Amino acid sequence: MPSPRYWREVPSRLRLEAARCSGCGKVNYPARPICPKCHSKESEKLTLSKTAKIITSTVIHIAPDDFLFEAPYAIAIVETPEGARFMSQVVDCDPSSVGPGMDVSLEFRLIRKEARSGILCYGFKAVPTNSWEAQK
Amino acid sequence: MAGIVGYGAFIPRKRITAEEIARQWGKDPETIRKGLLLEEKSVPGIDEDTITISVEAGADAISRAGIDPSKIGALYIGSESHPYAVKPSGTIVIDALGIGPEVHVADFEFACKAGSEAMFVSLGLVESGRVEYAMGIGADTSQGAANDALEFSASAGGAAFIFGKENLLVDVLETYSFTSDTPDFWRREGQFYPRHGGRFTGEPAYFKHVLGASRAILEKTGLKPSDFRHAVFHMPNGKFPQQAGKKLGFTEKQMEVGWIVPTMGNTYSGSSPTGLAAILDIAEPDDLIFMTSFGSGAGSDSFVFKATELLPERQDLGRTVRSMLDGPKHYVTYGQYAKLRDKIIVNE
Repeated sequence: MPSPRYWREVPSRLRLEAARCSGCGKVNYPARPICPKCHSKESEKLTLSKTAKIITSTVIHIAPDDFLFEAPYAIAIVETPEGARFMSQVVDCDPSSVGPGMDVSLEFRLIRKEARSGILCYGFKAVPTNSWEAQK
Repeated sequence: MAGIVGYGAFIPRKRITAEEIARQWGKDPETIRKGLLLEEKSVPGIDEDTITISVEAGADAISRAGIDPSKIGALYIGSESHPYAVKPSGTIVIDALGIGPEVHVADFEFACKAGSEAMFVSLGLVESGRVEYAMGIGADTSQGAANDALEFSASAGGAAFIFGKENLLVDVLETYSFTSDTPDFWRREGQFYPRHGGRFTGEPAYFKHVLGASRAILEKTGLKPSDFRHAVFHMPNGKFPQQAGKKLGFTEKQMEVGWIVPTMGNTYSGSSPTGLAAILDIAEPDDLIFMTSFGSGAGSDSFVFKATELLPERQDLGRTVRSMLDGPKHYVTYGQYAKLRDKIIVNE
């Protein structure tokens, strides 16, 4: 990811900042200047909770180059209590145990490294609320 | 009077046992267990580093402080494993925590006492009135060379402390610093692993500075070891802090809560700060708490703290150190550990 693009996404990636549409109430994450649902240009900023529920998930066995060391890993669409949905890696657990309905917390993690000398990209990843303990 | 208004800690969930490391190198696990008093240590995940640990610990510190993070006017991170050689860890941490942009940020390095350095400077800025709040963090994903004694202890974790003047959870009654040029442990520019002077790290380094700072602050305050409910010292292994504490006159009971090294390992800059966080998790009003850090090179910072009436009601607003040490964890093999700690050479 080019540095300027990563920099533009700092509010949503590092702080989970979203926008609640003043017209229809939809929570847009990341925040958008125009609501995709009602096209209103008015919105208020909100910060998403650090908890979520998994909507659907899969396990990646053949990973892209930047994630080779992490395979196999789970990736999921999660939904926060505010109604925002986004894709997140699910870590600190057995990937095969991840599934819909699982409660997760969102923890600050390194998302990827740009090769050996590029920038480090941070953000949030999902961790099952009971992590390994619940799966023993 | 200034003191701590919020604190937090974070310890990764992965662990490796001393036995697993000993088996890899043909060493006797019992010698490690009994000699260094180490059972296991935390291991950072492939996606955990000083920055992620600082953000997680800092978020809990803000929760316990109950303050608007934008009022934090300074943030310092002490570590010897900053992910970037050039680009401050603190810049990412402040943006993630909603601090700034009106904030003074710097990364500190002083081997294992960089965390208490960050605390010391934060306290000073608040006491001077230069800033309303300041956050000092000690965090590391410590490096230890393969088949070196350090490999049994070098671990990952850290703690964050917000200093302020109102609604104190802990008063800082006194500080004292003791420093000299002592080449006991070092890492040259460009080197991946630190080197150390073996037994030279003991008497002339750790004990001289820890005991020097501790005795001086006791004399400065007129307090006796028996006046304290809790004491924590830098924990390079299990044995050194126990020996230092006993030489000063502290009992095992006083050191019990902060002595977390047997199952956490040595988190370098995060070592004594995380031990302090473990104490704050259970401390009661008016408890006196003693802390002395140690950083090779070498120096020690001593602090005398006193818990306030407000501390108990804030303890549950963040994760406790004990819950992270005893809670969900996953044991890795030496092979997995080698991969996670970047010890395997692979083609680009």
